[in-house]
Amino acid sequence: MALLEIIGLTVKFPTRFGNFTATNNVSLEVQAGEIHGLVGESGAGKTTIGAAVMGLLQSPGYIGSGSINLAGENLLALDNNQYHRVRGNRISMIFQDPQTSLNPLLTVADQLIETIRQHSDVTADDARTQAIQLLEETGLSDAKQRIDDYPHQFSGGMRQRVVIALALCTQPELIIADEPTTALDVSVQKQILALIRTLAKDRGVGFILITHDIGVISEITDQVTVLRSGRVIESGDTRQVLMQPTDNYTRALMAAVPRLEQRLHRFNNIVTDDSIIDGDDHWQVDGASAKLASDWLLSGHQSSDTGTTASTTPVLAVKDLEVTFQSGQPGWFQSRSGVKALSNINFDMHAGEVLGIVGESGSGKSTLAKSIVGLVDPSAGELRFRGQPLPPGSKRHRKHPVRREIQMIFQDPYSSLNNRLTVEQIIAEPIRFYKLARNRAHIRQLVASVLELVEMPQRAMLKYPHQFSGGQRQRIAVARALVARPDFLICDEPTSALDVSIQAQILNLLKDLQEAFGLSILFISHNLAVIRQMTDRLLVLKNGKLVEISNTDRFFREPAAPYSQQLLRETPSLSHLNAR
Amino acid sequence: MLTFISRRLLQSLFVMLAVSLIAFALFRFVGDPVAQMVGQETSIEDQERIRERLGLNDSIPTQFVRFIGKLASADFGYSYRTRQPVSEMILTRLPATLELGFVSLLISLLIGIPAGIYTAIKRGGALANTLLVTTLVGISIPTFVIGIFLIYLFGVKLGWLPTFGRGDTIALGWWKTSFLTLDGLKSMLLPALTLGVYQLTLTMRLVRAEMQDVLKTDYIKFATARGINYRSLYFNHAFRNTLIPVITIIGLQLGGIIAFSIVTESVFQWPGMGLLFLDSIRYVDIPVMSVYLVLIAMMFVIINLIVDMLYFFIDPRVRLASEAN
Repeated sequence: MALLEIIGLTVKFPTRFGNFTATNNVSLEVQAGEIHGLVGESGAGKTTIGAAVMGLLQSPGYIGSGSINLAGENLLALDNNQYHRVRGNRISMIFQDPQTSLNPLLTVADQLIETIRQHSDVTADDARTQAIQLLEETGLSDAKQRIDDYPHQFSGGMRQRVVIALALCTQPELIIADEPTTALDVSVQKQILALIRTLAKDRGVGFILITHDIGVISEITDQVTVLRSGRVIESGDTRQVLMQPTDNYTRALMAAVPRLEQRLHRFNNIVTDDSIIDGDDHWQVDGASAKLASDWLLSGHQSSDTGTTASTTPVLAVKDLEVTFQSGQPGWFQSRSGVKALSNINFDMHAGEVLGIVGESGSGKSTLAKSIVGLVDPSAGELRFRGQPLPPGSKRHRKHPVRREIQMIFQDPYSSLNNRLTVEQIIAEPIRFYKLARNRAHIRQLVASVLELVEMPQRAMLKYPHQFSGGQRQRIAVARALVARPDFLICDEPTSALDVSIQAQILNLLKDLQEAFGLSILFISHNLAVIRQMTDRLLVLKNGKLVEISNTDRFFREPAAPYSQQLLRETPSLSHLNAR
Repeated sequence: MLTFISRRLLQSLFVMLAVSLIAFALFRFVGDPVAQMVGQETSIEDQERIRERLGLNDSIPTQFVRFIGKLASADFGYSYRTRQPVSEMILTRLPATLELGFVSLLISLLIGIPAGIYTAIKRGGALANTLLVTTLVGISIPTFVIGIFLIYLFGVKLGWLPTFGRGDTIALGWWKTSFLTLDGLKSMLLPALTLGVYQLTLTMRLVRAEMQDVLKTDYIKFATARGINYRSLYFNHAFRNTLIPVITIIGLQLGGIIAFSIVTESVFQWPGMGLLFLDSIRYVDIPVMSVYLVLIAMMFVIINLIVDMLYFFIDPRVRLASEAN
């Protein structure tokens, strides 16, 4: 008998516009000791399935039909109090972000001991002993000393171990892990995944692993279920499903996953069903077309690139850059102390080059971008843009030409667009600010044309940002950056907030634009596979220091620095599926 | 902890100095002190002698330093109106106000916190909605109307409770308390309720809003998923996390209750500091007013210090960060 059996699960959320079906007739089985992956893009219903199994559906959601059986017992027949006794005791859960899933006011010991004693009749001392053993088992070597610490005293990876210990402490039969490694750096991710693998094998715990990351799925799951819009697309043995997908959607999804092993010129065969793009998009501005936008952008380029030295001087030269953040207020008797976010950074970037910056969180990637674009003042060192010294942000005049020539695309398209302005106002702003158009009609024409250039219908200019999906918003953000006619684009994790198929579309778009306009792009990402697809050269940062500069192809063949080798080794990859 | 407290004390000292300066200005420059002390028939020479004896001819900074010195040694001077020492007048009134403030705080916390938690958990329930609407009415009506209404209902119509004064008190040294007699407690009830209604509503709504936020957090979801029983979930896990903002606001409000219980005290003829202050305004009794000002400022400073220290006990992040320094 299967440990967990979900049969024909349909979850509905009543809304003002009728019922929204979050999952539709979903069936799956999890055996004891098995790791079952649920994969799909946002809105696929992965998390809803997890919540339904826990009996913790967000109100007003309800289970329309189907059944959930745990070791043969129908969970849906339980009343709330009976269900609450199942939680923790037989099914437990691991959440995405270890920063927020532990109670900040209680020590780790408090939280563990309370949970253990909730479900078994042991003394506080016994529970404490058990808790220490568990923490050791999950990889906290000095558990005895650290058990009385508070969550904020642990690092992210350590916290996730505590979370896992908490999920395990009542010896549940099933654990639902909802994106357990998404908020972690790759090295920590590797360790946590290995831990989950061990626990499944040694303790016979069944896992449901919810993730959007195909790399993670391929690394540790035995079975996988691919979901889309609340329906099961394909299900079966992980290797089988990922390597020989039978469904078109799975195939398209796999094609959209950036690979570490090879550089594709473009992503092919990608899913396109952005519903807003379809439909009535015949509305047009007179004379507007993608061609117009591209001609206009090209003409702008030539005029700014007339200098004969342009090809030889690097477009950006960074020399001995150092950024220090002052920490807090200076004490009465001590001098100001600071954290060095970046130190001793040196590199050149050539015109038309795409330079990647990789590193784990806290490595200084974004600080580097911000000091170039002028949002952070360097504490030492020199920046030169096309041979001219680049003043620090606070001294850079508002009308300084560099303000137009360097544009930035941010990570989160939900917060980088002003929701109170229409798309037309958003895109027209740089044109008006830099006085790039002759008159209003021209501005309007340009806005419509550039939207078409980023593969959006012209009609989009009449709407507000909230009417678009994440991928469409990011296209709008790209259009806004382009319309300033920049030579230099800084993309700070431009696809990290997006689903893989959307990511593939945006990456394709950026590649096309880069080729068409010969843009120099500084491309920041924590995702090595994306860096491989996008960049010519890359920098590796660690704790604010430069570890390695390398040609991208060479880096992936033979990384020089030990840290780079480690980084590559720890990044989940699909290649082992072939090798196995 | 010690460095933290000593730093806060130092800051408090500056606040107190600033307030003393205002009190001194009030004392020295609002009208001529001598003219207010003496009768019309006092000769100019006598007035001059009094002026000299009181040190009013010295330079202003010297006078200010002397003023501070006297305040610090609890020598508050004499009231113009009653010719009693101000310290004596305040000491007889202080217990009444503090006891009233304490009881109304107790009422507001004992009812407000559970009601806040309840309305957060049972969102949209019938009782929760009733509570919200009634307290909204309570907060919208001015204090004196509530007081008069309570007097009418319980004092006049039903005749259950006394309507003015402190009733019987028992002296513990100089502190006269009404906690130890039935009559005193009965007299306390109506004014305390009147004073506490606003605080109660505020506490309830604040706790409710904070609880609703906390209940949405991942750590509460995780604790639910671990099957922690609901009582511990709500009180130990969720409520504790609402305490920091709740204590901050309640602390500020408590200062307000004590300092500005004037309206309630006058409705119930409660012989506290508020009533004393009202009388001193009526008779331009400047020494009493300036001392009152300093004392109330000190009360706020002390309450804020206590609130800051409570952060220490509640939030390990504050505690450990200061230990690390």
